[in-house]
Amino acid sequence: MKSAVVLLPGLNRDRDMIAALTRIGGTPPVTVWESDGDIPDVDLIVIPGGFSYGDYLRCGAIAARMPVMRAVAEKARKGVLVMGVCNGFQILLEAGLLPGALMRNASLRFVCREVKLEVANANTAFTRNYRPGQIIRCPVAHHDGNFFADPETLKRLEGEGQVVFRYAEGTNPNGSMNDIAGIVNESGNVLGLMPHPENLIEAAHGGDDGRALFEAVLGIAA
Amino acid sequence: MTIPNDVKITDEMVKAHGLKPDEYQRILDLIGREPTFTELGIFSAMWNEHCSYKSSKKWLRTLPTTGAVVIQGPGENAGVVDIGDGDAVIFKMESHNHPSYIEPYQGAATGVGGILRDVFTMGARPVAAMNALRFGEPGHPKTRHLVAGVVAGVGGYGNSFGVPTVGGEVEFDARYNGNILVNAFAAGLAKTDAIFYSEAKGVGLPVVYLGAKTGRDGVGGATMASAEFDEHIEEKRPTVQVGDPFTEKCLLEACLELMASGAVIAIQDMGAAGLTCSAVEMGAKGDLGIELDLDKVPVREERMSAYEMMLSESQERMLMVLKPEKERQAEAIFRKWGLDFAIVGRTTDDLRFRILHQGGEVADLPIKDLGDKAPEYDRPWVEPRKPAPLRADDVPQADVADALLKLLGSPNGSSRRWVWEQYDTLIQGNSLQRPGGDAGVVRVEGHETKALAFSSDVTPRYCEADPYEGGKQAVAECWRNLTATGALPLAATDNLNFGNPERPEIMGQFVQAIKGVGEACRALDFPIVSGNVSLYNETNGQGILPTPTIGGVGLLADWKKMARIGFAAENHPILLIGAPPEWGTHLGQSTYLRDIHGRTDGTPPPVDLAHEKKAGDFVRKLIASGIVTACHDLSDGGLAVALAEMAMASGIGAVIPGLVDIDPIPVWFGEDQGRYLVTLNLDPHQEEMDDLVREAQTLGIFAPRIGSTGGPELKLGDARGIPVGDLKAAHESWFPAFMNG
Repeated sequence: MKSAVVLLPGLNRDRDMIAALTRIGGTPPVTVWESDGDIPDVDLIVIPGGFSYGDYLRCGAIAARMPVMRAVAEKARKGVLVMGVCNGFQILLEAGLLPGALMRNASLRFVCREVKLEVANANTAFTRNYRPGQIIRCPVAHHDGNFFADPETLKRLEGEGQVVFRYAEGTNPNGSMNDIAGIVNESGNVLGLMPHPENLIEAAHGGDDGRALFEAVLGIAA
Repeated sequence: MTIPNDVKITDEMVKAHGLKPDEYQRILDLIGREPTFTELGIFSAMWNEHCSYKSSKKWLRTLPTTGAVVIQGPGENAGVVDIGDGDAVIFKMESHNHPSYIEPYQGAATGVGGILRDVFTMGARPVAAMNALRFGEPGHPKTRHLVAGVVAGVGGYGNSFGVPTVGGEVEFDARYNGNILVNAFAAGLAKTDAIFYSEAKGVGLPVVYLGAKTGRDGVGGATMASAEFDEHIEEKRPTVQVGDPFTEKCLLEACLELMASGAVIAIQDMGAAGLTCSAVEMGAKGDLGIELDLDKVPVREERMSAYEMMLSESQERMLMVLKPEKERQAEAIFRKWGLDFAIVGRTTDDLRFRILHQGGEVADLPIKDLGDKAPEYDRPWVEPRKPAPLRADDVPQADVADALLKLLGSPNGSSRRWVWEQYDTLIQGNSLQRPGGDAGVVRVEGHETKALAFSSDVTPRYCEADPYEGGKQAVAECWRNLTATGALPLAATDNLNFGNPERPEIMGQFVQAIKGVGEACRALDFPIVSGNVSLYNETNGQGILPTPTIGGVGLLADWKKMARIGFAAENHPILLIGAPPEWGTHLGQSTYLRDIHGRTDGTPPPVDLAHEKKAGDFVRKLIASGIVTACHDLSDGGLAVALAEMAMASGIGAVIPGLVDIDPIPVWFGEDQGRYLVTLNLDPHQEEMDDLVREAQTLGIFAPRIGSTGGPELKLGDARGIPVGDLKAAHESWFPAFMNG
C-alpha cells in the first residue's frame, strides 16, 4: 500500500507520522506540499498534527483552504483512505470532510498525557485490527480537542457507528461530547482523531497500542 | 517623534543608555569624536551587562570549558559536544527573567524562542527543551497569575514549534516575589561536520537578513532605563517582544534546508540587541568590517529610525553571510517558507561597522572595539556570612509519616504534573523519559541504542546559606540526576541568576558560587560549554536567592538498559548507595526544617566531590550491567521522599525496617549528598549480592541493603505504613488546588 503525508507550514508531527508509516509499512510515504494541486496515486493520505499556519485563526481554518486540501477532498470522494490526526482532524472538519467541530479544551489549557481509548467501532478500514470494545492506551497533545456537534449530527454519528474511538475509563482530557476521540465519515474512508497513535508504536514509546491502526490502513496483517 | 541622528549627546542621554560617565569617556577616546545618536545606541547595546558580561567575565574565565568531547565551548550561540558516530549535541540555557515578570506569557514564550534559535543557528535540529522556573511565594498576589502565564507561554511556544519539553524545575520562594526566574534550555542534534558558526569569512560578500520583519518591539529592552527615553519608546510599543512560534518553525526548516544547500558561510541569530549584536559579532569574530544598508531591511512599520532598527529585538530573525553564487537558491528556500530574505549589506576589509540609512551614514565605528574594548570590571566583593551549623541537640521532632505526607504535598515538594502536562513531552517520538523522573531522556534519532539525558538543577536555599557549597551542589545534583538514568554526564550549561553585582555582598555570592561550580565541574569532568548571566534580579534592594542553574547533558550508550525511578517489581532488594553509616545525618537547610518547622537555619550539606564521583561511577556501572531495576538520587526531603517518589512512580510499596537506637528524623529527612537508591533484580541471599556489597566496600562506598520493594504501602521503620495511594493523593493535589484557587 502506498501512502502520502500532507505537509503544511506549521505542522510539526509530520516527522513522527512519516517515521511511523515508514517503520510499519516498510517504505517511506510520499509527501505533498500546501500548493500541490495533485496528489499521486496512493491508497492512504495522512494529515499529521501540529499548528498549521500557527493556528492563529480557528484551528485548521487556513489549512483547509489550501490547494492541497481540494486534492485531498477529491481523493476522498474517490474512496481513498484519509486520516487526519490532531491538527489533521481539525483541518478535515474545517474542510467539511467530517462533521462537527473541535473547541478549546474544557480546561482551557493544552494537555499532553496518556489516555485510554475504547474502540467504539472495530468495523472500519482503520480499526479492523482491533477487537470491538477493546481498550487501548494512546497519548494526546492538544489545546483544541473538545469535540462538539449539534444534537442531530451527534445522533447520526452515534446511530451510524461513525464514532470510532471514545475516551474510556474517565480519561476524557478535553470535555468532548460523548467522550468522542475519533470519527469517520458516512462512507467510512475518512477518519479524524485527536490522539496520537503514531507516538505509541514501539518499545521505545513504552507500548505499541497504536500500531494496529497503521497495520490496518497499510494492509498489513496484524 | 524621532530623535535626529546628529542630536547633541547630553549627560542625560548617556545615563538613559545605562552608560556610566567613565564608560562614555571611553567611547569618546575610542572614536575621537562625539557619537551619533545611533552610535550611542549601538554602544549601549554592546556594552550593557547582558551583552558584554562586564561584571562577570573575570570570573567566568575561571570555569572549566574544555574536555575530550567538547567541540565548542562558550563564545558561540551554544556549546557543542561530540557524542560519537559523527553526531554532536548542541545546547545552551538562557534567562528571560525580567520580561517574564512584566508580561509572563510573551516573556516566557520569547525566552523559549530565543534559546531554540541559538541551537538551530548552529545547524542543529532541536530535540529537547527544559525550563527552570522560579516564582514568589504561593500566597503573593501576583504568583498565580505569573505561574499561569509563564507555563502557558513556555507551552505555547515550544508545543507549536514542535520540541518536546522533557524536564525542568518549578520552585516557590518569597525571595522571587519581585523577580521571577525563567531559565530556558534547549538542545539539538547536528552532524559534527555540519556545524555552523558566526565567524564571517571573505571580503565583499553579501550579508543577508532572514526570517521575520523588523518592528519597534523590544527596542532597547535592557538598556533603556530612563523615563525620558522610555516614554518615547513605550508610547510606540511595549518593550517586551512578541513571539511567533509559527514563523520560528518555518525559520528552522528554512535554515536547515539552506545549510544543507551549502550556501551559508556564517550565521547568527538576532537575539538581544538584534541587528547590532549579530552584525558586530559576525564581523568582529572574522576580523572583517560590516556595512549595512538599513533601507534594505524588511520592516513591518513605517518611518523607523536607524536607531530603532539597530536596537529592535523583534523575534525570529537571523543574519547570514552568503556564498554569492547560491543567492537564487537560498532566496527560493526562504520564499517557499513565506519568510523574508534580503541582502542588507556586505563584508568589508576595513574593520568598520558602517550603517547607511536614507542616503546618509548614521554610524561608522571600529567593529572590533565594540566587543573587545567593552569595559570589564573587577567588582569589589565580600565573603558571604556563613550561618552557624545546626546543633546536634537541636533536631525538632515530628511524626515521620505525617512529615512525609506534608513534604510530598507542600508547594515545593508536590507534583509538577499540572505544569508539565501543558508541555508537549513526546513530540518527535523519541522521549524515553518524560518529566517526573530524575532526568528527561531522548533517543538519538537514527541510532539504534544511543540516547541523551537532560537535567536542570540548583538548590537556591543552599546557595543563599553558602554560595560556594551551593554552587558545588548544583553541579553535583545535575551530574547525579543524569547518572541515575545510567547516562554518562558529558557537559553542562550554566544560567547564573543573581542580584545587583554593584553590591559587594551580592558580588561575593556570585564569586563564591562560580568557584563552587568550577570546582565541581573540574572534579566531575563536567565542563561548562555555554551559558548566560542574569544580574540585577533585585527589587527594592532585596535580591533573589542566588540561583546558578545548571543544565546538564549525559549520554546513554544503550537506552534499553536505562534506569527509571519507579519500583519495577515486588521483592527487589533496595540498596542505599553512598550513604553515611547512619544513612542520613544532615538537616541544616533541609526541606524538613523549612516546610515542617518553618526554619531556614544551619549550613547546607557539604558536597564531597571525590565521594560523589566514586558513588556515581559505581551506580552507572551497576546500571550498565543490567541488574538495576530502578534508580533514584536523593535530594530534597532525603531518603523518605526519595522512597516515596519511587513508590508513587509505579504504585509498588516498600518496607524499610530502619535503624535501631537512633533519632529517625535525620535518617529519613537528612539531605546528605552523593546518595542513590537502587533496586536490584537479585536474590538478596545470593552470592552476587554479597559480591556487590563487597565491591562497594572496596571502593570505600557504604551501600547497605535497607529493605525490599513490595506491598501496597510505604513502611518506614516504626512509623505507620502509608498506602501508596495516599502518598499520591498528597503529592498530586497541591498544584491543581493552588491554581484553581
